[in-house]
Amino acid sequence: MPAPANARFAASHEWILSGTADATVGISDHAQKELGDVVYIELPKVGRKVAAKEAIAVIESVKAASDIYAPVAGTITAINDAVSSDSSLVNSDPYGNGWLFTIQPDSPADTDALMPEAAYLASLES
Amino acid sequence: MIADVDAPALSQSPLLPAHLALGARMVPFAGWNMPVQYAGISSEHLAVRSSCGIFDISHMGEFFVSGPDATAWLDSLLTNRAASLNPGQGQYTLLLNEKGGVIDDLIAYRLDHDQWFLVVNAGRLDEDRAWFSQHATPGVSFTDDSPAWAAMAIQGPLAPQVFHAITDGTACLPPRNGIAKLSLNGSTCIVCRTGYTGEDGFEFFTPAADGPAWFQKAVAAGATPCGLGARDTLRLEMGYPLNGNDLSYDRSPLEAGLGFFVALDKGPFTGRDTLLAQKASGLPSRLTAIRMAPGAPPPRAHYPVFHNDTPVGELSSGGISPSLSAGIAMAYLPPALATPGTQLEIEIRGRKWPAESVKKPFYRKPPFD
Repeated sequence: MPAPANARFAASHEWILSGTADATVGISDHAQKELGDVVYIELPKVGRKVAAKEAIAVIESVKAASDIYAPVAGTITAINDAVSSDSSLVNSDPYGNGWLFTIQPDSPADTDALMPEAAYLASLES
Repeated sequence: MIADVDAPALSQSPLLPAHLALGARMVPFAGWNMPVQYAGISSEHLAVRSSCGIFDISHMGEFFVSGPDATAWLDSLLTNRAASLNPGQGQYTLLLNEKGGVIDDLIAYRLDHDQWFLVVNAGRLDEDRAWFSQHATPGVSFTDDSPAWAAMAIQGPLAPQVFHAITDGTACLPPRNGIAKLSLNGSTCIVCRTGYTGEDGFEFFTPAADGPAWFQKAVAAGATPCGLGARDTLRLEMGYPLNGNDLSYDRSPLEAGLGFFVALDKGPFTGRDTLLAQKASGLPSRLTAIRMAPGAPPPRAHYPVFHNDTPVGELSSGGISPSLSAGIAMAYLPPALATPGTQLEIEIRGRKWPAESVKKPFYRKPPFD
């Protein structure tokens, strides 16, 4: 499943859209496959200021709980209520309806410093 | 992602080629490289409840015990009454230490009057073998034959049809808890009408080299490949204990709620004195089934349990039940709190979530329409 062209990836498997003031964040298709069936999601509060690489959400699959990290520093501006009630959206549509939250980055340059999809996919091979 | 299958520390199942061909995700489990899932844990779980699934259980141990004193010897080491079985029958039973704690839970099958087949857990295989060997006695021959066997569990309401398909209609399934030795394709196989899912089904033991072909034949006959993930959620829905989580060296089978499989009146056996004392003075704890209120995160092993703000124990197992879409768990609690309806709280990431004690099993098969 291809990501949007303007998605940038963190090594910890989150994606964030570049070039928007409120940047949508989710987890990669690779990450959802690795996690398996997602059964529970805990999202951050809107308005929370977060540091880059700070653990701010939890995704639980049948087997384990995994932390989700802020890909950049910024402020949480919205959360996806749909994935809270139907967490399987993360598996079925990780780059669309399975988004997790939006964040207003402190510095847009932080997003552009992350990996484009091709580089992210290459990093999985190594 | 395929785990490093060359890691020397992990034992390899004879069914590994079949798993790789089916795209399994492999994980380390009890020293083995085993499939945790193929298509996904929830769909595999539901396939077993509604039709049929197949699990690799080659990591489990196969022991043979024989000789004129074999039955009496087993009755001196195991909790259930071996002497009550006729040839062709099996029973769930437990191997205890001197303190009455559980070394392992296993199924003992009486193959013949003086011959027994034991199937034990992978994680306790070495200890089981050592324990039986230390207690060796003249007139009893004990053999660990585990490396010779591939083993698979075929489980679900359609398991009998899969059995008839893979044996081309040439063999019969034994009755529930029964065992049969079969000659199939020129080699000796063992089939047992037992399992760990709460569904009808059978466990099938074949020469190790023949395993992958049998596994693939069962898949072709309609059995969904299932990994250890679904095996765990299926057994948890039934309230079946997992050794290492829900059974331990420090808890007796009575505390685990397994008194039905303990024949206290059959005569001496290892650990019996502790069990009699517990029976007389009251159990120190009870393995309690717990159901989370809706909306809670999945309960997991080691989460703290509270009652009226007082810590009372920790979860030994837990997870989301795919059949019930609810969080279910087990914990050793003071016996008074095991009463169904008792209000509890489970602490998850610093927050307490409501839960209550319930009756086992968590899941009951719906009646026929």
